[in-house]
Amino acid sequence: MITRVLPQLLRQLCSRAVTNLFPSAHMPPSLTAVLSDPEVSPNPPVPVGKRFRGRLHYDRSKCIGCRLCVKVCPANATDYLAEEKKIVIHNDRCCFCAQCTEICPVKCLTMSETYMISSYARRENVVADSGPLPAAEPKA
Amino acid sequence: MSATYTIPVGPVHVGLKEPVTAWLELDGERIVDAKVRPGAIHRGIEFMARERNPIQVIYLSERICGICSFSHVLCFIRAIEDLANLSVPIRAQYIRTLLLELERLHSHLLWSGVACYTIGFDSAFHLGMQMRERVMDVLELLSGNRVNYGVATFGGVRWDVTPELVKAARGMIRYYRREFGPFREIVMEDPVAQARMRNVGVLTRDDAVRYSATGPTARASGLRVDIRKSSPYEAYADIPVEPVVPQDYFGAARGDVLDRFAVRVLEVYQSLDILETVLDGLPEGPIVAEPNLNKVLASLKKADGTGWGIIEAPRGDNTHIVRLKGGDDNVSWWKVRAPTYANAVSWPLMFRGNELADAPLIINSIDPCISCMERMMVTDGRNAGVVTKADLLKRCRQKTFDMRANGFEGGAER
Ligand code: SF4
Ligand code: SF4
Repeated sequence: MITRVLPQLLRQLCSRAVTNLFPSAHMPPSLTAVLSDPEVSPNPPVPVGKRFRGRLHYDRSKCIGCRLCVKVCPANATDYLAEEKKIVIHNDRCCFCAQCTEICPVKCLTMSETYMISSYARRENVVADSGPLPAAEPKA
Repeated sequence: MSATYTIPVGPVHVGLKEPVTAWLELDGERIVDAKVRPGAIHRGIEFMARERNPIQVIYLSERICGICSFSHVLCFIRAIEDLANLSVPIRAQYIRTLLLELERLHSHLLWSGVACYTIGFDSAFHLGMQMRERVMDVLELLSGNRVNYGVATFGGVRWDVTPELVKAARGMIRYYRREFGPFREIVMEDPVAQARMRNVGVLTRDDAVRYSATGPTARASGLRVDIRKSSPYEAYADIPVEPVVPQDYFGAARGDVLDRFAVRVLEVYQSLDILETVLDGLPEGPIVAEPNLNKVLASLKKADGTGWGIIEAPRGDNTHIVRLKGGDDNVSWWKVRAPTYANAVSWPLMFRGNELADAPLIINSIDPCISCMERMMVTDGRNAGVVTKADLLKRCRQKTFDMRANGFEGGAER
C-alpha cells in the first residue's frame, strides 16, 4: 500500500496550500482584538462565484409594493408595510434562494456578494433600504 | 450459559453524526440483537409545507437533506409536474440529470471518505475529501452555492449551463478518471481495510428483498435494482444505465460492507460516464417551460390531484407524493419517503453476529441520513392530540385554581 500512498504524499508535500491562512501564528487571546489590530493584515477573502447568492440588496425607491416577493418567500423573510406600500427584509431569516429577485417585476431586489452577515445586533440584518444599485457591484 | 446485556448507542454519541438510538444486545463483544429507535430529529417539514404554496415548498424540500438536496427537490417537483401535467423542455431535463449525477458523485465521494474515517484510515479519508472539492467547485459554478443549489423549478431549471461550466465539468471528469483509481486501490487493496470490511454487516440477497432495501445497499446484496433503469426519468430515458452489482465485477455478491463500498466506488465511474454523455448530448433550447412565475402559481392554484415523484437518489429510491386541492394556494399534504427509511430496517440484521467495534461501520455502511428519514412521529395514543400554547397556559392556570380549591401542603404535593 505504501507504494500507492507515497506518490500522493510526495505530491502533497510540494503542492500549494489551498486554504486561506490564519492571520496570526498562534491562537490570540481575543479574536476580535486581533482583527482590529492595525499590525495584523488578514488575508482577503476568497472571491465568491459568479452566481453566488448573498445578502439581499433592496432599492426601496424603485419598489412598487406589489407584494409578489412576500408571496413566494419560503422563509417568510420579507414583511409588507401596508401604509407605506414597501417591504422590509429580515436577512437573518432569508435562505438565499433568490426567488424574490426572480419574481420582482421592477427588479429592485438583487442578491449581493456579501456573505459575512452575522452580527450581535439583529437590527443590522433588517434591510429597509440599501439605495440604488451601484453601477457594477451586485448582480441579479 | 451466557447472559446478554444491552447497551444503547445514541441518540447523542461521538460515533454518530446524527441522532438515532441503537439498542444493542451483547454477549461479550458479539452483537446478538439490535433495536433501532429513531425519533430524535423529527422537524415537521411537511407541516410547514401546509402553510406554503408549491413554489415556497421547493426550497423547503431542498432542506430535507443537505447532501442529496437536489434529489428531494427534483422528486417534489416531479410530483407536482405529475399532478399538474407540466412538461419540461429537453435541455432542462438534461441539466437536471447533470445535477443528479454531480450530486451522486459528491455524495459517494463523501461517503467513501467517511467510511475510511470510521475504520481509522485517516489518510484515505483526507484523500477522499480532497478529491470531493473538485465536484463541489463545479456545483458552485453551476448554482452559486455548495449546498442547496436552488436550481430546479416547476417546468425546468433556473440556471443555464454555460460554456465555462462545460469546460470545468469536462476537466473534472478527466481529473477523477486520473485520480480516483489510486484512491480506490489504496483502500480496496489494503489488507487491513479489506479485513475490516469483508464479511462485516452482511445483508443476504433474500433479506434485502424481504426488508425492501434500496439503492447501493440493495445492489451490494446482488439485486439489480435501479430506478434509472426500471423507470427512467429526465434524460435517463436517452441514457441507458445498468445497475452496478458486485457479481458482475467480482463473481459473487456477498452483501457485506466491502461490497457496499465497491458498489459506490464503481458508481462513481458510472456517474462520470453519464456526465460525459449528458455534456456531449446537451440539446439547445429553453431551460424552462413557463418563465413567468405568476402564471405558474396561478396554474398550480387551479391544479387538483395527487402526484408522485420517484427517483434514484444517491442512497436509493426516493419517493414524494403530493396532494394539491383546486382553488387552494397551499400544499394540501405531502408525503416523503427517504431512502434511508427503507435501508435502516435492515440494520438489526446486519448487526447480528458482528462485534461491537463494527457497529459504527455498519451504521455508516448504508450511508444513513437520519434527518431525511424521520418523517413522522407516532405516539401511543394515550396523550393523543396537539397541546397548543393556549392549552398549556390554560392547564397551568387550572392547576393554580385546583390547588386553591383543594388545598395544598407547602406546594410540594404531587
Ligand atoms: S432570497 Fe428567498 S428567502 Fe431570501 S427574501 Fe428572497 S425569497 Fe425570501
Ligand atoms: S416584488 Fe419587488 S416591487 Fe414587488 S413588493 Fe417586492 S420588492 Fe417591491
